[in-house]
Amino acid sequence: MLGSLLTLAWQSPSVDYHALAPLIIVAAALVVIVVVDAFTGEHSRWTASSLAGIGLLGALIPIATLANDGGTRVLFGGAFVVDTYSLLLSALFLVSGYVVILLSTNYIAEGDYWEGEYYQLILASVLGMMVMASARDLITIFVALELISIPAYMLAAWRKRDLKSNEAGMKYYLMGVFASAILLYGLSLIYGITGSTLLAEIGPKLGDAISSQPIITLGIVFVIIGFAFKVSAVPFHTWAPDTYEGAPTPITSFLAVASKAAGFVALLNIIFVGFYGRHDVFEPLMWVLAAITMTFGNLVALRQTNVVRMLAYSGIAQAGYILAPLAVAGVSLTSGGEALRAVVTYLLIYAAMNLGAFAVVIAVARKTRSGEITSFGGLFHYAPGLTVAMTIFLFALAGIPPAGGWFAKLEIFRALTSAGTTSGYVLAVLVGLNSVIAFGYYGRLIRVMWMDEVPDGDRTPIRIPSSIRASLVITVGVTMLVGVLPSVLTHFTDSISLLSIGR
Amino acid sequence: MKDFLNSWGLSLAVFLPLIGALIMLLIPKAREGSHKVIALGTSLIVAFLGVLLLANFDYDKSGTLQFVVDKAWIPLINSRYIVGIDGISLPMIALTLLVVPLCIIYSWNHFPEPRNPKAFLILILILETGMIGSFIAQDLILFFVFFEVVLLPMYFLIGVWGGEKRQYASLKFFLYTLFGSALMIVSFLALYFLSDKVDVGGTLMHTFDMRQLPALATGISTGAALWIFGGMFMGFGIKVPMFPFHTWLPDAHTQAPTVGSVILAAVLLKLGTYGFIRIAIPILPHAAEKWAPFIGVLAVVGIIYGALCCLAQTDMKRLIAFSSVSHMGFVMLAIASLTSFGMSAAIFGMVAHGLITGMLFFVAGSTKERFHTLDIARLGGMLKQMPHMGWILGFSVMASLGLPGLAGFWGEFPAILSAYNPGGDLSVAFFRVLMVIAALGTVLAAAYLLWLYQRVGFGVPTAEFEDDPHIHDVSFTEWLAWTPMLLLIVVLGVYPNLIFKVTDGAVGNIVSALSGHGG
Repeated sequence: MLGSLLTLAWQSPSVDYHALAPLIIVAAALVVIVVVDAFTGEHSRWTASSLAGIGLLGALIPIATLANDGGTRVLFGGAFVVDTYSLLLSALFLVSGYVVILLSTNYIAEGDYWEGEYYQLILASVLGMMVMASARDLITIFVALELISIPAYMLAAWRKRDLKSNEAGMKYYLMGVFASAILLYGLSLIYGITGSTLLAEIGPKLGDAISSQPIITLGIVFVIIGFAFKVSAVPFHTWAPDTYEGAPTPITSFLAVASKAAGFVALLNIIFVGFYGRHDVFEPLMWVLAAITMTFGNLVALRQTNVVRMLAYSGIAQAGYILAPLAVAGVSLTSGGEALRAVVTYLLIYAAMNLGAFAVVIAVARKTRSGEITSFGGLFHYAPGLTVAMTIFLFALAGIPPAGGWFAKLEIFRALTSAGTTSGYVLAVLVGLNSVIAFGYYGRLIRVMWMDEVPDGDRTPIRIPSSIRASLVITVGVTMLVGVLPSVLTHFTDSISLLSIGR
Repeated sequence: MKDFLNSWGLSLAVFLPLIGALIMLLIPKAREGSHKVIALGTSLIVAFLGVLLLANFDYDKSGTLQFVVDKAWIPLINSRYIVGIDGISLPMIALTLLVVPLCIIYSWNHFPEPRNPKAFLILILILETGMIGSFIAQDLILFFVFFEVVLLPMYFLIGVWGGEKRQYASLKFFLYTLFGSALMIVSFLALYFLSDKVDVGGTLMHTFDMRQLPALATGISTGAALWIFGGMFMGFGIKVPMFPFHTWLPDAHTQAPTVGSVILAAVLLKLGTYGFIRIAIPILPHAAEKWAPFIGVLAVVGIIYGALCCLAQTDMKRLIAFSSVSHMGFVMLAIASLTSFGMSAAIFGMVAHGLITGMLFFVAGSTKERFHTLDIARLGGMLKQMPHMGWILGFSVMASLGLPGLAGFWGEFPAILSAYNPGGDLSVAFFRVLMVIAALGTVLAAAYLLWLYQRVGFGVPTAEFEDDPHIHDVSFTEWLAWTPMLLLIVVLGVYPNLIFKVTDGAVGNIVSALSGHGG
């Protein structure tokens, strides 16, 4: 009796396991690492990193098959969508995660830190990012955000015997929680107005609701500010430089690339699907955020003496470039499509060039034990390979062809000019001027590497572990390939869209 | 043969240097000999390819693009790999293909500190790819990419192998050019979106195709066109460099290693003027008409200002650098006249300036190598101490000041003449005033160049260098590197038609959209 009642009351929803397969594989890898770590001793600690890497790469297989099938899969009543856009970004998160693991292997093993937990947390965070790529529902987005952030708070403080690392974790945690609170408040306002947590339902209702304008504005502004913390947009960036400097460098690269990209993905989902009708609210906000973020980031980066802090501020400036197309996203559906493509393209290329730059920093720090810019002096004389790689990444970050960054920047310019509005052109010129300022510090590091003397005269070559070598091959390869043949990338970005575009 | 050149010639010319550079990357640094041979060999093969292209070029149709290759590159934005040459780019490419091997020969035995021939020669080959690419690209994005590729090797050549203030000079060079190209790319994109669409396989798309844009851009409103031209003006004007954006040039030239200076003067500056002739003016002729008086004034100010600065210099290389500002002013004045005659004059001026100023920088470099100073006050008696070098310097100085019978004359005289009867709706009286001032500039040029020659060439060697054993006359590699340039200066001076014949057919297209163009 009871049994038949239960079968009546509980109807298992039909789940598209193919669509969820990438998530399941990553989650399974996580569980396997926990189990293996619990039952093996010190001598087999190396298994954790290998398992994590295999898990991440394994998850790429269902992504490839899903992409091959094409089409859009809508799950859980519209809260979770798998389409070209989400697959492309999931692939980005998986590959970035894999590169971070490559960078971590020696760093974590040699630094005598906990290994199993470290990789578990990275996998958990990547899992959150993949959920974020598909999330089309306020609650799903919030859960994904916390799944990304909470492991990251702990990872930032991983060098627990170092005060700076503790400071990094603490600062990141406090600011992150603060941002989450603002975000939640904004989300609840939006839910209050529209009565739905599904972005696809929120979109039309927000577009029509004129009577409660101030509340809507407040809700949108709060949500955007919440994510502005995540992507370290000025003036919500204050945690970034300290956290980046204090955290273990592989984690810094993880925060600067994957975690930041996840923040942007959340913004894209919410803006394009949910807020698109209220572009009168988010456009000016984005314009101002983008303008001050890139200008401030670049100007402060000029003054840095520590290479990680410099990359942190450069990352802030880059976040400004990425935000810029959103300032014209609502002018027309065409410019919206261009803006979406520009942001996704930039995120993909940014991941390759920035991870590469961090890989070089990690490799060099193995010898110099320092993050000061001066410690890169004369690198060309004893590590020409690393120098050339770093030069490629810095030119890419500066947006100079043929290194990949130029195409990313071109897409930003194109999105801004496609709108045909004065504000778009002005912002494009601002991006242009900022690129010039930015070369001031990218160029300085290049100069130090190529033209300065070796600070202590120690010219012993740097031994580069094979895992870092592999990560450099991946990042240099992607950066140069996209720079010379951008069609490799546009082939994928060409067809992406979010629901409201073209609907 | 012709088929092969049609489909592969230009692409090979662009990318062969890159392939050479890649091969050199794989060879250890210590094997300097192989690096030199590979670099020289590559540049000679490319030059030979250039000769083949020159020989198969249809000179009766110099107005149409030849050896055109048109392939998909970035389909999403309809940016294509389109290359081709016509009478405008041909002289520029010939100049590039000539100068690069000569520079490699010149470097053969004296690489500047910190030596490292491998890196030095790889950079020169990458530079060659960028330069040739810029001159043959017929797609705005492709052009932009090559235009920027040129920056990188030059930045390193100045920054690593340069003089004492090399770091400052290289960064300044880079930032100035980057500033210009940032505005330029925004202009290109505005042009892309505001011009009419073309049919690409059934769908209407915007295009970056330089061949089609002149016709497609006619619908752009006057105000927008003025802004777009302004952005391009910044990009190209800084590269030329025009007054008041010229300040990077003396620093870059003074600090760059000899070969860097030569390539900078001979080819890189021409990218700016070439950009005006190839892109800015044909695509937006009416905006050019509005900008022309302004450009003309800046050109003339550059002529006079550059010349006056020359008179105040104490450093030989810096003096030559400022003379570049002055000479490029003549080229820009010819361009600003917006006549086909002016365009021809400008192209001739570009080639002549490339050869002559390149030569002057060669001599300055060799002087510096022997005397370890370029302080004019400390030099003297070159004709006594090193007669050949002294005569070569004298020859180059005469060519530079525009002595009839040498190439410099045909660079300057027609440029001045073109301002007599400007095209379009430009004010004749205004340009004649400019013409008179520019003519005064030639007098100043004679003054500073002869003054330089008197102080360096004439007199007796100063006491400190009188018995210096390091000071020897022109060496074998120097003869090898210089003879072709010296010969060309004479040949072009005696028979300028060699270039005018090529350009004449092509320059008509540039200003054809303007009413009543003269010349």
